[in-house]
Amino acid sequence: MSNKVLISGNEAAGRAAIQAGCKAYYGYPITPQNELTEFMAANMREEGRIFIQAESELAAINMCFGSSAAGARVMTSSSSPGISLKQEGISYIAAAELPCVIVNVQRGGPGLGNIAPAQSDYWQATRGGGHGDYRTLVLAPHSVQEVFELVVLAFDLADKYRTPVLVLSDGRIGQMMEPVVIPELSAPQKDPRPWALTGCKGREPNVVKSMLLVEDVLEKLNLRLQTRYREIEENEVRYEEYNIEDADVVLVAYGTSARTCRQAVKLARERGWNVGLIRPITLWPYPAEPIRRAAEHCKFFVCVEMSLGQMIEDVRLSVEGRCPVLFTGRAGGNVPSPGEVLATIEEGMNSI
Amino acid sequence: MSTKIEVSGKTFLRPETLSDNVTHYCAGCGHGIAHRLLAEVIDELDIREKTIGMAPVGCSVLAYNYLRIDMAEAAHGRTPAVATGIKRIHPDKVVFCYQGDGDLAAIGTAEIIHAANRGENLTVIFINNAVYGMTQGQMAPTTLIGMKSTTTPHGRAAGDGQPIRVAELLSALTAPVYIERVSLSSPANIRKARKAILKGFVNQMEGKGFSLIECLSPCPTYWRRSPEKALKFIDEEMTKAFPLGVFRDKDREVETK
Repeated sequence: MSNKVLISGNEAAGRAAIQAGCKAYYGYPITPQNELTEFMAANMREEGRIFIQAESELAAINMCFGSSAAGARVMTSSSSPGISLKQEGISYIAAAELPCVIVNVQRGGPGLGNIAPAQSDYWQATRGGGHGDYRTLVLAPHSVQEVFELVVLAFDLADKYRTPVLVLSDGRIGQMMEPVVIPELSAPQKDPRPWALTGCKGREPNVVKSMLLVEDVLEKLNLRLQTRYREIEENEVRYEEYNIEDADVVLVAYGTSARTCRQAVKLARERGWNVGLIRPITLWPYPAEPIRRAAEHCKFFVCVEMSLGQMIEDVRLSVEGRCPVLFTGRAGGNVPSPGEVLATIEEGMNSI
Repeated sequence: MSTKIEVSGKTFLRPETLSDNVTHYCAGCGHGIAHRLLAEVIDELDIREKTIGMAPVGCSVLAYNYLRIDMAEAAHGRTPAVATGIKRIHPDKVVFCYQGDGDLAAIGTAEIIHAANRGENLTVIFINNAVYGMTQGQMAPTTLIGMKSTTTPHGRAAGDGQPIRVAELLSALTAPVYIERVSLSSPANIRKARKAILKGFVNQMEGKGFSLIECLSPCPTYWRRSPEKALKFIDEEMTKAFPLGVFRDKDREVETK
């Protein structure tokens, strides 16, 4: 049995975490993700779990490090400036091979920017963010329902690959309310965590660390991580195709921008233009293959973002020069309109 | 089982918690003493298999090479935050932070203040040697006025900051149950330090809350002194800025009421 509720994206992330067996949540207030921290404050302790309003984002992510090292499922959340602060911890979590879920409800930047929705943390999310040779899995929901589903998935992927997983939401998805079908989840598999810190009863001591002073020893970790990243690229690419088969023009957009693009596809089709959409759900690993496939038959792409052009680099890398890639983007917390997308499509149709 | 070791015709017992790895610490360094005290206390309380320790960034980042217990290495200064995350998951385990003066009193001031303020049921061993050893002798937040370091080549001036008195500072908070400053400068002082560390662990096992033991500790290498003169420096100079004593003991407050 499942039940349907009307909730915000931020609340959906909290509910999903609790249902996925998140044992500890650590957060620090920042708009537009406060509903998530407040939901966890109201519900985690009641469920006999751990909630701490940390003194900073640095402390919150390092509390996650501790609880994850202790063997528990953990989550933290923040918005863009706060996620910048967490990057130190994310790098250490990646190096120590710990599972951890991080939700970024993106807002306008750089700096303090504003509290309106944005997608300008794409580079930070997909290129590592912190120091060192590591990657984070990045999941990008485009609806409140998908926030729920991807947060649950994030916990499973974090455990499976012992890696930090980032859920890249934005201020609009976080704050808008939509009906969500809450599925009945079976209790999360209690996987053995022989590496966890539990006190060394009956075994040799475990050490969770990231410092490896000998070059060859650190390189061994680097190579092990790379092998895991290749495995993730092999197994975990997720995307959605919409009206691609006959498309002359392919839009590429994720999250809130993808919602704009679905409307733009509908309007374009009404005008008789063959327009389709590829919506990456994982931003890393990136769905390069479907974009490459579409490049075989379409005339050009339009990348649509709430930034002035970040994901477009991955689109171009996937297209590999087979056809032009145009761009429509708004910044400062603005969301591109279907009309703006149609204008770019028209411009392409006239010039290409 | 502790191990018997014969040195110069004298018999020492190596605590079970202490490994037999060769030390990387410099001659006359206080970390070895502090590690041994920790190991003895853990043995005495018979908690080796339920203790989880934090190694900080600093010379003692390699503490896990010497202590035969589960340990985590924290990012610089975040030690109490990581310890909080572990202790909250395993309230039945004994969790301690081992922190140097850079880790605790400079980059990690927010984390230690808030862990103490939440009254986290942790034991913190704070090693104050007034210098950054691992990075080779720079000024620490606890460097004495006039003391030379590689970043205060003419001696620390007031404008470089005053030595931070951590024990006093944290005693301004309501939540901590026990804060004492001890010294590793003589056998008598080391015995007092051992007693303080033991009390810090017992407090945690009794669920009392946050305990911190600040240990004045010698760094002959970066104080540019012989080990013997370094010990003298603690007694004659350091204790002027950092007086020894108990700054908070909720047990005593209860007794005097």
